[in-house]
Amino acid sequence: MRRFTLIAIPYAWLLALFLVPFLIVFKISLSDLAMAIPPYTPNLDLSTGWAGFKDFLSQLDFENFIWLTQDDLYWKAYLSSAKIAAISTILTIIVGFPIAYGMARAPEEWRATLLMLVILPFWTSFLIRVYSWMGILSQEGYLNQFLMSIGVISEPLIILNTNIAVYIGIVYTYLPFMILPIYAALEKLDESLLEAAEDLGCSRMSAFWLITVPLSKQGVIAGSFLVFIPTLGEFVIPSLLGGSKTLMIGKVLWEEFFSNRDWPVASAVAVVLLLILIIPIILFQRNEQKQREAEG
Amino acid sequence: MKRFSWFNATSLTLGFAFLYLPMVILVIYSFNESKLVTVWAGFSTKWYGELFQNDAFLDAAWVTIKVAVMSSTLATVLGTMAAIVLVRAGRFRGRTLFSGMIYAPLVMPEVITGLSLLLLFIGIGMDRGVFTIVLAHTTFAMCYVSVVVSSRLVSFDQSLEEAALDLGCSPFQAFRLVTLPIIAPSVISGWLLAFTLSLDDLVIASFASGPSATTLPMKIWSSVRLGVSPEINALSTLMIGVVAAGVITASLVSKRAATRQQREERAAARLA
Amino acid sequence: MALDVFAPWDNPDAKPLIQFKNVTKRFGDFTAIDDLTVDIFESEFFALLGPSGCGKTTMMRMLAGFETPTEGTIRLAGEDIAPIPPNKRAVNMMFQSYALFPHLTIWDNIAFGLKRDRMPKGEIEARVDEMLRLTRMEQFAKRKPHQVSGGQRQRVALARSLAKAPKLLLLDEPLGALDKKLRQETQFELMDIQEKTGTTFVIVTHDQEEAMTVASRVAVMDHGKIVQVSTPDAIYETPNSTYVADFIGDVNLIQGKADPKGDKIYIAWAEGQPEIVGTPMSDFSHGQDVHFAIRPEKVSISADKPEGAANAIKGKVLDIAYLGNISTYHVELPGGQVIKAQTANNRRISRRSFTWEDDVWLSFTDTAGVLLER
Repeated sequence: MRRFTLIAIPYAWLLALFLVPFLIVFKISLSDLAMAIPPYTPNLDLSTGWAGFKDFLSQLDFENFIWLTQDDLYWKAYLSSAKIAAISTILTIIVGFPIAYGMARAPEEWRATLLMLVILPFWTSFLIRVYSWMGILSQEGYLNQFLMSIGVISEPLIILNTNIAVYIGIVYTYLPFMILPIYAALEKLDESLLEAAEDLGCSRMSAFWLITVPLSKQGVIAGSFLVFIPTLGEFVIPSLLGGSKTLMIGKVLWEEFFSNRDWPVASAVAVVLLLILIIPIILFQRNEQKQREAEG
Repeated sequence: MKRFSWFNATSLTLGFAFLYLPMVILVIYSFNESKLVTVWAGFSTKWYGELFQNDAFLDAAWVTIKVAVMSSTLATVLGTMAAIVLVRAGRFRGRTLFSGMIYAPLVMPEVITGLSLLLLFIGIGMDRGVFTIVLAHTTFAMCYVSVVVSSRLVSFDQSLEEAALDLGCSPFQAFRLVTLPIIAPSVISGWLLAFTLSLDDLVIASFASGPSATTLPMKIWSSVRLGVSPEINALSTLMIGVVAAGVITASLVSKRAATRQQREERAAARLA
Repeated sequence: MALDVFAPWDNPDAKPLIQFKNVTKRFGDFTAIDDLTVDIFESEFFALLGPSGCGKTTMMRMLAGFETPTEGTIRLAGEDIAPIPPNKRAVNMMFQSYALFPHLTIWDNIAFGLKRDRMPKGEIEARVDEMLRLTRMEQFAKRKPHQVSGGQRQRVALARSLAKAPKLLLLDEPLGALDKKLRQETQFELMDIQEKTGTTFVIVTHDQEEAMTVASRVAVMDHGKIVQVSTPDAIYETPNSTYVADFIGDVNLIQGKADPKGDKIYIAWAEGQPEIVGTPMSDFSHGQDVHFAIRPEKVSISADKPEGAANAIKGKVLDIAYLGNISTYHVELPGGQVIKAQTANNRRISRRSFTWEDDVWLSFTDTAGVLLER
């Protein structure tokens, strides 16, 4: 009996506040926009019984999804989100790998401190971390002031409200997600493997490429998923740092909902985004599983 | 005896400069006299003064703290239960769905979670306000809590619990007297994580709240969309300061506990 | 017959392959190797034996090139190797952890060093196949290291380090991770492979039995110094110190005062007990401290006092350890000292001659033990 209660409480909570809302989103994505409250139709009316339910079902259709394929705003937004997420993932690897490498090869007594320094930004507000770049990247911002004062440029660079600012923002906020798994992989790397490679005729450099890089592959893959998946649906960064030309699906969804108040289309956008995300999520879990099996 | 090589030292210095410089600049410029945030016009704390005069910010801060305390406490209870179910309950019908619902919110885009909850609240005709934000935050934070707690539970030596049962405890007593004290640190860090997630959240709160409740991130959001402002700089500095103080205290406390344990173990070894 | 014996260390004209000359290695304040001089000859199977922290691994790592001596020189075939980096040395090492590359197959692991030498493809294939045959790993070539057993991994590590046909192969506790039975089998395999390839092997081990089994010569180390270098039988039968005698095998040590008479030495070791007679290897002066070391198997045990024995001491059986092939008796002498005596159980069903608390006689010849100064 006790076991039942223990399972039932969190289960019921998640069903009511996680699964049911999704089914509602799915249902509304099949509905039509209406000038009413709530602003969509049909509404399920159980008082009319089975006939009413059948009637309700017959009014659902895939119109909104067809609409998504017709208006090029949507598929361009999906594509552009994927492109931005992919490019920022690669940039994050380029920035994160040397840091993770440096941490893994740091003196033992330093590692805990370095690790804490990487995790610390997690605890500070995401919004504030993104916001802090607005002052740096704006036209009269600190970066332009600095570059002009040392004479590298004479005209201020336009960075804020471009995709470049979005890349910087994503790399900055998601960097710890990349560093931590790579660090975990590199820290496990047995130093005697590198010595063995040298003993067998490798230079330091080729030992790095032949041993260190392949053995940190799992960490890089895990980190890439951890950056790519949330970036795809990112809303705050493109809204604050991106410009009018920065097209990301999270932003489109937000505007569709709050500005256009077109709930059915917003729901359809969400359903498609979810479908797209399922692929990398499944790949990520496969990868994790493979890694666990290789270790166990 | 190992030292930093110049390459590692350089990459670490540049890397941590990248991670911390933006925040350092933010903190410095929060003490700027000028209204023009990018032009330094001398040291001043006047923006902090203005911040504390601003009722809208203070109200939002109060709402945020209320929401965070309630939702993180609720999330810790539910998340710990979920963790025990995941690690200990064995097989039951719908287990796959259950673990799916625990892990899915961790990777779900916030816009989708927010949207779906809003549609639920509207669908059942619930008035949106502090209460709905608490419900929303509890739901996604409990998943984080259960991941943190279950990773500790997995490594927990089950024979301790069995010993308690053997000595006459009921299963619930065994949990309360043996398991809970041992996994307590992970429960506490789960609570802290849930608390910061709630403090931090903009997107889900924006969807879940109504006109009656505005959280601090929502307030900051509507203000920073218009550009950089000195008041927000001051507010950010305060928030960074609170987090830094909290994390440093926590790490000092745990470090002291670890050294004390080491000292006691050494003393015990000498006695033996 | 004497011509067949492999003993270049006794030949003054033989050129050593490796020469350590006054080598010292310090890590900060800690001296790992202390003014060490030793020669190792070609085709030798040389064992460095000692407890952990005695400096044996440091010596090996200096040979491989991962450490450089603080003072002194190490020569390989007459050439000072200090400036040569590990990847340019004709020395290969088999790591204690095996250090097999987990992302490469066994075949690629063995080919790894050959590929670095930019050997033509055909030659690499031939060489790898030869190594796989030598270590009987042919059918596992396509597997990854974690897909084979511990003993097989050990053989892959050996094949990989032998593939480049090094002048010198270093083995760092090569059998430490194997269980006892497999370890004994593998020891003979190692010797076989060493003989077939004619490579000079230097092995580091803390297992004295292993060192005795495989090595042509054993160097016993302690605190960064070599205490004794000799063939296994010489180390066992004529240790030069109580440290070596105690480290290698089981030994009874009796301390006393020397009393030289003719070519024998009489040792006064306890009040009211007959003096022990021994044959010295070096000179002892009258009254000098002497340690008498005797192996348990050289002490016989009997119920009655044996006739004509050079040494015979009476005692009482304290403990009996039955090990199957042998039995060890712990016999307490009147002064309280305990002496171990071993008898071979060479008959399957034999009645126990002695039991606890029995009075027995211990006897040994005057050449059975060794007299040591320290």
